[in-house]
Amino acid sequence: MTWNATSIGRLVAIGIVGGILQLTTVSQVAIFGVPADLSPLLVAAVGLLCGSIAGASFGFGLGLFMDTLLAQTLGLTSLVLLTAGYGAGRLRELRDPAHGLVPVAVGAAATAAAAIGFAVLQFLLGVDAPVSLLLLRQILMTIVLNTLLALPVYAVCRRVLAPFLPDDPRRRRRRAYTTGGLSPLSRV
Amino acid sequence: MYDRQVRRRRAVLLALVACCLVLLTAYFGESSGGPLKSIQTGAMEVVAPVQEGANRALKPFRDLFGWFGDTLDAKAERDTLEAERDSLRRQVAELQVAKGENDELRDLVNYGRDGGLAAYKPVTARVYSRSFSSWYETIEINKGSSDGVEVNQPVVNGKGLVGKVKTVSDGNAVVMLLSDSDFGVSALAAKARQPGTILPVAGTSGDLLLELVPEAREVRTGDVVVTAGTVSSRLPSQFPRGIPIGTVNRIEGEGDLDRTIHVTPYADLRDLDFVQVLTKPTADARASTTP
Repeated sequence: MTWNATSIGRLVAIGIVGGILQLTTVSQVAIFGVPADLSPLLVAAVGLLCGSIAGASFGFGLGLFMDTLLAQTLGLTSLVLLTAGYGAGRLRELRDPAHGLVPVAVGAAATAAAAIGFAVLQFLLGVDAPVSLLLLRQILMTIVLNTLLALPVYAVCRRVLAPFLPDDPRRRRRRAYTTGGLSPLSRV
Repeated sequence: MYDRQVRRRRAVLLALVACCLVLLTAYFGESSGGPLKSIQTGAMEVVAPVQEGANRALKPFRDLFGWFGDTLDAKAERDTLEAERDSLRRQVAELQVAKGENDELRDLVNYGRDGGLAAYKPVTARVYSRSFSSWYETIEINKGSSDGVEVNQPVVNGKGLVGKVKTVSDGNAVVMLLSDSDFGVSALAAKARQPGTILPVAGTSGDLLLELVPEAREVRTGDVVVTAGTVSSRLPSQFPRGIPIGTVNRIEGEGDLDRTIHVTPYADLRDLDFVQVLTKPTADARASTTP
């Protein structure tokens, strides 16, 4: 990713708009009894597109923004989301996955990691109220909902960040084959 | 070159994790008026107008999605409501008799009470944002300290208790809902006259527990649960007596010790557009103080 004021500004804009959209609209619409959670999807998309450092930093910032606006314990959501963003970014750096459904799998994994990580941290910090097993159902339903939303969220993020990104893996490989760079026939 | 990149990546990750841990530690360690909480309140104040604007602008989209969900739930809800209506008709008849007796007794002790919530100086507020975590069930409202709202004041809507004020800034406030894992309120099973404490069950916003009930076997399914109000004149409760919380929907366990009383709140905590903050919750403390 090309780092300059405009690209950082666009990342900040994605975080702010996504965060406000989550708080004012998405969190108030319950489907299957639970609202979707855009934050791990945004973080996973940024991690996949921009790499581990950008993913982790974006996750940290978005988590801090959410914790601040909701008067929650500062640092908790940041810790969970920066881990998700870093993980998504490392996947891109190590594997450079090209399949079109990778964002769906990564979005679902990021949501699961965020939900489970958040629950574990809550237990570590001490929960006063009894915890129902229905929480597991809620986590599962959130993962299902987020899986459905992962692709559109990824597409929006890619569109916003496109001018600052290197070519995506599929296009890079296609071009390499057509120009003869990586084609096995070119060795003959 | 590669080593430098790896070192940089690890350094950024470590720095961010360290920042989180420092924030967590500092947040837990500071008092309610500490610098981090003040910054949080200030930031909320700054972003609140944007959130409120976005909330209004995006309401049609919310309503559209809500309409699909409501249509799916409507049939089951109709059957439940019909059963509830029949039950309420019987209760109305009983209550009308009781009200007559009550009025007569009030006149006898020469105690006038204007009824309703007017005495508690309710301030009506619009909900413009809500949390999405099962652990922190909060909403944000567009009234704050400049309207007389203070921390811990009870929040209600037309159906019953919604929660209490958690944080206040000048023009906005965060309300902790009944289902937040930190919430608790002293309550009373109205028919059985059994006091207890209402606690949430993390992960289920439509389910509360009535705990610490001395004679739990007296409580029956369908009993109405209301706030208990003040039980000590030295420490008046922030919740006025008699605000409806919900109904007992099921009781688990047979013995006295393992009996779990589940309460369904009257207020639909997932669908809140307007709420009222009771800014003078101790207005009738004299009346509700038990000797």
